[in-house]
Amino acid sequence: MWRRTVPIMITFIVGTVLVVAEFIPHKPFGNLGEDFSLYFDIIAVFAFILGGGNLCRVHFSKVYRKKTDWQFSIVTLLGFFVMLAAGLFKIGNPEGIQGDVTAAGSLFADLYDSMFTPLQGTMYALLAFFVASASYRAFRAKNIDASILLIAAFVILLGRTPAPSLIADFFAGAGITFMATAFNFVPTLTDWIMDVPNLAGQRAILIGIALGVISMALRLILGVERTYLGSDSK
Amino acid sequence: MGSDLIGVWIAAFLTLGIMSFLYKDNPWYKFSEAIFVGLSAGYWFASLFWQSLHAKFWANWSPAVQSLFQGQFDYNLLYTGAGILGLMMLLRLIPPIGWISRWPLSVVVGGTAGLYLINYLVSNAVRQIGSTIQPVVTFPESIGWINSGGVIIGNVLVFAVLIVSLGFILFGRNTTIDLPTPTKLFFFLIALVACALGTFYSLSMPLNLTGLIIFMGVFCGLIYFFFSKEHTGFFGGAATVGTWFLMVTFGASFGYTVMSRMSLLIGRIDFLLVEWLKVVN
Repeated sequence: MWRRTVPIMITFIVGTVLVVAEFIPHKPFGNLGEDFSLYFDIIAVFAFILGGGNLCRVHFSKVYRKKTDWQFSIVTLLGFFVMLAAGLFKIGNPEGIQGDVTAAGSLFADLYDSMFTPLQGTMYALLAFFVASASYRAFRAKNIDASILLIAAFVILLGRTPAPSLIADFFAGAGITFMATAFNFVPTLTDWIMDVPNLAGQRAILIGIALGVISMALRLILGVERTYLGSDSK
Repeated sequence: MGSDLIGVWIAAFLTLGIMSFLYKDNPWYKFSEAIFVGLSAGYWFASLFWQSLHAKFWANWSPAVQSLFQGQFDYNLLYTGAGILGLMMLLRLIPPIGWISRWPLSVVVGGTAGLYLINYLVSNAVRQIGSTIQPVVTFPESIGWINSGGVIIGNVLVFAVLIVSLGFILFGRNTTIDLPTPTKLFFFLIALVACALGTFYSLSMPLNLTGLIIFMGVFCGLIYFFFSKEHTGFFGGAATVGTWFLMVTFGASFGYTVMSRMSLLIGRIDFLLVEWLKVVN
């Protein structure tokens, strides 16, 4: 009972109260949604402590057992603890422990600017190459669906850069007026694709997601969906 | 100045380390990657500590407890509940009583389900449907029936092309007028081009063709997501048109993703050439 029934009852009560609260815009129900968001944020910090603990456990275990590439686990742990100490104790913060954690001049801000930001930026920038490789496979016009995707992506890529006007200028200079007109039309076509067929597709996806979320929320509140509780053996 | 220079060199070293993966997986890349994992975990941990635990919990709860000792009840004392739930979450680390962590998890799951149920219903379903169902025929007051006759005739023609084209696609499936898929696509493109031309060159037109296309795109897109019925006949035709609209959306998203990644890459190369090597002003 304590392990399964009580959690299901808690889910039902909390979920139902928050749904009902939306229909009663008065105290104490009016602010329940915001209060829950604050509760959520606070509980999330404790969940993050679990995550940090798990990271340490995995990497300490890797170092202890001398598994493949265990040396890099030391680097990970070092990076984690240095950043953690710099942030928690606000090392080098010009305003001391009362100052903002991201204040300029602190070790935390320096690590963020000179290590975290370049690493994050480059990691995502690296995806440009993999996207290029994926584009080659995805953009082969094998069937109608792939062709539409190809045309839409190509027009968007072209229309959101200065390329069409430069190409149009080139054709205008060469006296090929119709090509210049065609390339000048690309930004307008891009806007139309974004505002009409793209909007329609996005709305269909959004409505589909909403219907899925609503049905899943109902399943959770009514106790039909219980997988988040894990197995009884735990 | 000195620390800035060291920072730039460290940033350049790590940037090149990550980029070295383009050659192959190597120790330099693994080193940079390991630092990234550790730093990002530490960064989020410290940020959440100060921005959530300290600013939202401690800053509210601590004065409330002090007020309680002075015999006054502060509403913020209710944050004690959040603190207790958070501590219960940590009990997962003690296997014999780890099941207690299900209770705060249930609060989070139930609360999120309750909030999302209403929020998604209102913002992602009702409002989107409301924005989709717009008047198709509107007569601006400045244009009378007679003056706008030419515009009306032009638009009726465009509308007719649209209906006939979509009729072939939707109703022709598995019937005597069933057409090969490329022909259907041809009709579909003609309809889209007709609508686009109508939109561009007849801004005061009484037929809201843009709204009509959006409605049909949303309708057909939703039919594609309806898996409880086999996609044949009218249903299959509509699902096919829905797929085409979805492909345009995916193409647009893909285009934007490529652009954002390229923009990041340009930013990193800019950093290397301008800030680090200073070979470009």
